[in-house]
Amino acid sequence: MPAQAELAAALLQADRPVPPGLLPPARFGVHRNNVVAGLIEALGAAYPAVRSLVGEAFFKAAAGLFVRQEPPQSPVLIDYGSGFPDFLESFPPAAGLPYLAPVARLERAWLAAFNAAEATPLPIAALGRVAEAELDRVRLALHPSLRLVVSRFPIVALWAANTGRGPHEAVDLGRAEAALVVRPAELVMVESLTPGMAAFVGALADGLDLGAAAGAAMRAKAGFALGPALGRLFSLGAVVGLGQPSCDGDDP
Amino acid sequence: MIAATIPGASGLGLKSRHCAEILAGKPQVGWFEVHPENYMGEGGPPHRQLAAIRRDYPLSLHGVGLSIGGEGPLDEAHLARLKSLVERYEPGLVSEHLAWSSHEGIYFNDLLPLPYTEATLARVVEHVDRLQEALGRSIQLENPSSYLAFEESTLAEPDFLAEIARRSGCGLLLDLNNVFVSAQNLGFAPQSYIDSFPLTKVGEIHLGGHAAEPDGLLVDAHDRAVADPVWALLVLVLRRTGALPVLVEWDNDVPEWPVLHREAVLAQRFLDDCRHARAS
Repeated sequence: MPAQAELAAALLQADRPVPPGLLPPARFGVHRNNVVAGLIEALGAAYPAVRSLVGEAFFKAAAGLFVRQEPPQSPVLIDYGSGFPDFLESFPPAAGLPYLAPVARLERAWLAAFNAAEATPLPIAALGRVAEAELDRVRLALHPSLRLVVSRFPIVALWAANTGRGPHEAVDLGRAEAALVVRPAELVMVESLTPGMAAFVGALADGLDLGAAAGAAMRAKAGFALGPALGRLFSLGAVVGLGQPSCDGDDP
Repeated sequence: MIAATIPGASGLGLKSRHCAEILAGKPQVGWFEVHPENYMGEGGPPHRQLAAIRRDYPLSLHGVGLSIGGEGPLDEAHLARLKSLVERYEPGLVSEHLAWSSHEGIYFNDLLPLPYTEATLARVVEHVDRLQEALGRSIQLENPSSYLAFEESTLAEPDFLAEIARRSGCGLLLDLNNVFVSAQNLGFAPQSYIDSFPLTKVGEIHLGGHAAEPDGLLVDAHDRAVADPVWALLVLVLRRTGALPVLVEWDNDVPEWPVLHREAVLAQRFLDDCRHARAS
């Protein structure tokens, strides 16, 4: 009698013999196909830009290997495939497409933002209630959906062109781009950031206060202007709270 | 929120692409059904849409991931997620499948078959008991669509399901497309399956479209309209049971809303006919 362990192993390994006791044995192929095709389809839905960049045949081949290597560990498939960008990065046939894994990371961030917890964005007027002397030491609580993806490739342009959101013209692959992904309400927004802005958002996400984050931004890009950066962050709905001013020297 | 009870009327599987149209037009549909696994994220459009739908329509949660037929114990983390959705959306019905889909921590994303023996019966009953205990309510268990059988099976599927319902107190979800697909694939008459099915335990009926492979194999694809012989099975069952909640599932190659809605209208017509026939 085939125990489920035997059936389970044979589902993902097409070269294993069909476990005995099934009538007719060949029909086990229906389930093998359901499992692999269904998971490839789930990955394709999560990574539409990657799928468009490499084409259907390449995508199916790569995804087919990935789903056997890293099958889901939970029935909640909206979380499945988080290892796919790393897989693509070390997938030899994709070596000539070094921007593929970064675009996949952006798609993962998009999906995470889509399903993230809700929070109400704060208007920039809230900053007006902070005494000017305290402003440097304020920490911004960012929206739980916010993700930052930094790349040496133009990931936002590539992603937009391959999901029907942007022009499908020649993209300059030599241009670095950072993506801010956030879903303040119904829609997921993907914004291209300058290096200074990316360093600023990254520092805020790491929990640094406004003064330290602005310092990090200025080190990344001389001439970084804090006012417009804050204006853009608040108008995107990316800020949901103001943290306590940091107390220097109080850290244990 | 409208009352939770699912009426003996036709309902539809809810697709996110139809939500805006449904919420704008409030079409006549008895109820909607969703897979809870698609709503196990923390927030975002899926929850916003489902909350809006639930305000106006009764809802059924139809799980696909609990692996009730699995050899191992139920996934307690998944049970907890399901329980929190049940508390949040107050569904009128909760259902799952007679199948397994996970083994040793790997989820296969398919409804996999199990042999029908005294040992598997005891295990499934234990799992249904655990699910009902965790949710604090009874559930409906669905008959599978089968592509193969097990040499070791000693019980017929309707008897196996009847015994699960008797021991656990659960209801049964009778999927008539699955009956038709299994009958063709395993070589039995769908009418005789229905003759031996414990119809008094049925709390919900499913209909859906199937695809035919070149070799005659039928696949439970949910990718097209309900086939005529499956509608005929619906008439056969409703004449015996009276009105029940009847759901049309269409999950792949999902059509425009009016095409899907027509399936619900058709199902409702069969429900109305059976009501009149029984009254006269």
